Amino acid sequence: MPELIAKSALDGRRLTLGGLTLVELDPGPITSVALYPGGAKLAAKGLKTLGLTFPPPNTFTEKKGARIVWTGREQAFLMGVAPPAIEGAALTDQSDGWAVLGISGAAAVDVLARLVPVDLRSSAFPAGRVARTQVNHMNAVILRTGDHELEIMVFRSMARTAWHELEGTISMVAARQAVKI
Amino acid sequence: MRIDGKGLIDRTKPVRFRFDGKDYAGYKGDTLASALLANDVRLVGRSFKYHRPRGVLTAGSEEPNALVEVIGPKNQTPNVRATVQEVFEGLETRSQNRLGSLRFDLLAVNDLLWPFLGAGFYYKTFMWPRAFWEGLYEPLIRRAAGLGSLSGRHDEGTYEKAFAFCDVLVIGSGPAGLMAALTAGRAGADVILCEESHAFGGRILSDGGTIGGMPAGEWLAQVLAELEALPNVRLMLRTTVTGAYDHGTYGALERVGLHKPARPNLSRECFWRIVAKHAVLAAGALERPVAFPDNDRPGIMLASAVRTYLNRYGVSLGKRVTLFANTDQARAVARELMAAGVTVAAIIDPRPDAFSVEDCPVHVGGEVIGTRGRLGLTGITVRKGAETFEIETDCLAMSGGWNPTLHLTCHMNGRPRWDEDLAAFVPMEGAVPGLVAVGAANGSMSTHGALVTGHAAAVQAVQALGRKAPDLPLPEAEDRPYVLKALWAVEGKGRAWLDFANDVTTKDVKLAAQEGFRSVEHMKRYTTQGMAPDQGKNSNVAALAVLADATGRGIPETGTTTFRPPYTPVSIAAMGAGGRAEGFAPQRFLTSDQASRDRGAPMIEAGLWYRPSYFPKPGETTWREACDREVRMVREAVGVADVSTLGKIDIQGKDAGRFLDFVYTNTFSTLPVGRVRYGLMLREDGHVLDDGTSARLGEDHYLMTTTTAAAGLVMRHLDFVHQAFCADWQVRFISVTESWAQFAVAGPKARALVQSFLEETVDLPFMGVAPVRVGGVKGRLFRISFSGEEGYELAVPTRYGEALFRDLVARAETMGGGPYGMEALNVLRIEKGFITHAEIHGRVTAHDIGMEKMVSAKKDCIGKAAAQRPGLWGPEREQLVGLKASAPISAGAHLFVPGMEIHRETDQGYVTSVCWSPTLGAWLALAFLKDGRNRHGEKIRLVDHLRGIDVICEVCDPVFHDPAGEKLRA
Amino acid sequence: MRLRCPLCGERDRREFYYYGAEDYLHRPAADAALAEWDAYLHLRDNPAGVTRDLWYHEAGCSQWLLVTRNTVTHEISGVELVAERKA
Repeated sequence: MPELIAKSALDGRRLTLGGLTLVELDPGPITSVALYPGGAKLAAKGLKTLGLTFPPPNTFTEKKGARIVWTGREQAFLMGVAPPAIEGAALTDQSDGWAVLGISGAAAVDVLARLVPVDLRSSAFPAGRVARTQVNHMNAVILRTGDHELEIMVFRSMARTAWHELEGTISMVAARQAVKI
Repeated sequence: MRIDGKGLIDRTKPVRFRFDGKDYAGYKGDTLASALLANDVRLVGRSFKYHRPRGVLTAGSEEPNALVEVIGPKNQTPNVRATVQEVFEGLETRSQNRLGSLRFDLLAVNDLLWPFLGAGFYYKTFMWPRAFWEGLYEPLIRRAAGLGSLSGRHDEGTYEKAFAFCDVLVIGSGPAGLMAALTAGRAGADVILCEESHAFGGRILSDGGTIGGMPAGEWLAQVLAELEALPNVRLMLRTTVTGAYDHGTYGALERVGLHKPARPNLSRECFWRIVAKHAVLAAGALERPVAFPDNDRPGIMLASAVRTYLNRYGVSLGKRVTLFANTDQARAVARELMAAGVTVAAIIDPRPDAFSVEDCPVHVGGEVIGTRGRLGLTGITVRKGAETFEIETDCLAMSGGWNPTLHLTCHMNGRPRWDEDLAAFVPMEGAVPGLVAVGAANGSMSTHGALVTGHAAAVQAVQALGRKAPDLPLPEAEDRPYVLKALWAVEGKGRAWLDFANDVTTKDVKLAAQEGFRSVEHMKRYTTQGMAPDQGKNSNVAALAVLADATGRGIPETGTTTFRPPYTPVSIAAMGAGGRAEGFAPQRFLTSDQASRDRGAPMIEAGLWYRPSYFPKPGETTWREACDREVRMVREAVGVADVSTLGKIDIQGKDAGRFLDFVYTNTFSTLPVGRVRYGLMLREDGHVLDDGTSARLGEDHYLMTTTTAAAGLVMRHLDFVHQAFCADWQVRFISVTESWAQFAVAGPKARALVQSFLEETVDLPFMGVAPVRVGGVKGRLFRISFSGEEGYELAVPTRYGEALFRDLVARAETMGGGPYGMEALNVLRIEKGFITHAEIHGRVTAHDIGMEKMVSAKKDCIGKAAAQRPGLWGPEREQLVGLKASAPISAGAHLFVPGMEIHRETDQGYVTSVCWSPTLGAWLALAFLKDGRNRHGEKIRLVDHLRGIDVICEVCDPVFHDPAGEKLRA
Repeated sequence: MRLRCPLCGERDRREFYYYGAEDYLHRPAADAALAEWDAYLHLRDNPAGVTRDLWYHEAGCSQWLLVTRNTVTHEISGVELVAERKA
């Protein structure tokens, strides 16, 4: 029996254009932590072993390479670490379900403004914020990781479409910058 | 002609462009209209119906006449307003709506036929003989109708759409808009200022004047510099706010690259969806023409437009200009023309008490009652009291007063209010929540009024935002009263145009009233007034006034027409930017995608997924050959298919079994760990929603499978049931469709193939599930079958999908097997009588598909009560059957009793799935037939009128292959 | 149109799926009379004014929302989570 070779959705693709960089990131393990009714206290104990707390809506926090991202009502994604034992919650492996794209550059928000119907400017969406929304027609989880850095999670099967649309939009934004309209 | 020393164009940057095949020169900053006028090109188009020679009427986006085609390397854009299109090097344009040349348009014969072409002439003329309609009238009308032409090719240009957000959206950048933006900007609010034109300033650019004790242009430059420096202010040039929608959403069209030669990736237009907490409508006002006889000749222009061409573009439309206007304000253009050295032949002012002292003749109480000049104005006839006289002139500037640009305030059903003093409609306050109209858009016609109201609206907005209004002194500006005597139409011999674009005259409106179309909505539709590209911007109010007069009512009693979005035409390409071809929907790719394409498999769409149709082998010339081979391969050896598209939902919790019992008709709480069960899911109305298998992976852990087609639907349904009826249960679920790559391995040699991949020994019973290790990776093995053969599904984390697929296929081939595609998969399942969404299409019940026994009597479930309603079960229902035939048959065909007539009343059912079965050597179908289960063995007639198929079939059990299921359980 | 999701905040209408009237929340008992089921499934008011209906934040947090809105003015006066609704 030969060893199976692992492949990411986009083979770690990377693009740099007009001061913008788009790259496929490796998020490490992703585990959905969905609280059962009344399970918050028990789950908090498990998360505490990582130094994390369950995030309020629309936020994420990080501690030593572990990240916990709010993704829905009493649901969060634990990313970057293998999950510890967590009681009071349903844990489901999501590591293979998502492609994660990083976009960075001063115009990153201008690019996303062409695809995402949510105000992602730092004034409305500062670092540490997350939005469950759409990238064009695709459901997505968008995280603000830095002043000019965002991460976009889409279903793995749609990674090529997401890349194609982001790449096309980056090209359009870059073309606008070049002619200084 | 160009006037030296005037205008804001950049004379250091000459530009060459073409119009109707001829080269012309203009300057950067010119519109096509201003550049053509500078070149003394007055004739720019033909009117819609009568093909009358037409010239430029306005200097803005409301232009009804100067519509041209712009021809680009990848596009041909019709109906472009020459008054908006900027010239650039190499711009290629063409006049439209003509047969022959612009000067000698053969369809100008229509103008001679005008007595027959009045309002409603279509309805009156083309009624008889009836047979002429399709063959003669319609092609003729279609040939003559419409304005510009399309290229007939796809528009390959780049378009953008985008979202923007702000506290305060300011629409228009005249004095009112600038003051509003500055006030809100200084207060620290997040401001977007949209300007439709290619320069900020609004009428400041055309009218000059003084603001704050300095030339208005200087004040403008200062304000702009400050706005540009404010990080919280975003200036959007060439952007028309086209619509106001619910909850502070505005649509806006930005002309991004239309003023430059095409460049790769530079979009032509961008359609913005702007969300604003507050909006200030500072869109100014539109001057209105006067309907006097033959008022449509090239050379007759709105006075404000003459002024714009003079001051903004340094162009005079004529050498001997006359002015026909009913306000003091309009006189300014005559004075400015004279100051620029242009002769003003006369001012005709219909107001009997008008001021008469100017440096040119003034005819107080006069009216223009006629004009001359075939392709351009040469003279006018003036009536003053009993006296009539001629004036030689090549340009007549006219003004009938102003209409506030209140269109956006009507977009949410707001009705404007008639203001007797202004003789115009003004916005109804609060018509669009959050939007305040200011300046001329709200009837404040002076510069002072604009500044005051713009400032006040911004103060109100920033205070509502919880900010402190800045201490901003109001600059001083002109504040003359705006006094006019309404003048809509001048009586006289000949036609007087109201709607230039659609060729509607005062006679048409009067005729409509006479024929009973007295409501403004009826008049509009009967005459087509206001239905051209300018949407009545130049004609609505005057037409209403003429209708009011004709029906003996006042204007407010006659009504208003309401304006709908968009304010100016928006190209579908911009609204749907990126949505063409693959951009229409996301594409979902399997991990086996590349491996399948490598093998030459044509891919077909299954929802958003792309799946291999079949895997052709050398020598196979049709899909059927490949499909038949793949079916035999599965029945005789082993086949591998990617089934990762099936929806997979991970369900956990102490109440997980209870939850499944509630959403499935059958029971899952009793399913042993390590086993899989087929489940049927109903909608609450008793019809089948979906089917699939669910596996019990642990005491409190299930994995539900849905069909590919209904994966999203089922998730939404589960969310609803959970949140609406049992949110307090100990159950949580999440989609894991994307987490697992799953492959069906089916056929007599399936076990051997699967075994060769596993570290442990395969010993699964039919409908069993077990964790396995595949090549060092944690996987899951299910023993389930969608083919009727011994079947397994092997799942691994998605990242390993491609590797596993390639290995599975390679090893299958050494065993006489290989991959199979959707076509074979479909044949295999039809042979076995397995249903898909072709059968459970939304109108069938559990009873219809013979699964009523699966609706457990012991418990409640979604859809159970409704499924028992009379009419949803019984012999009169169409029930699932199999059909066998020896000739080709088709899905979609209907079923009839042989010998009976073929019509709707005798219809016995219909066919949902069809295939050629290489296993049985016959054509097979799944179908729904009335009382079908009692009719096995009967002959039935299958008729498909569309495909010309008429075949006698045998009705049978839907399970054709291995009815006892011995192969499944082997 | 914009809806304020109690979890995600104000969002564009495109993120939501519309289902229908609030009535769907009032599921009759399994053994209720046919007429009651018929009313539950099929009989709806069509008010000019305030109405309550169900929306799904499909492109967001996957929550079902109970929205109170006015069909005449389009004003939205309340949005609550179906899972945490009071009544």
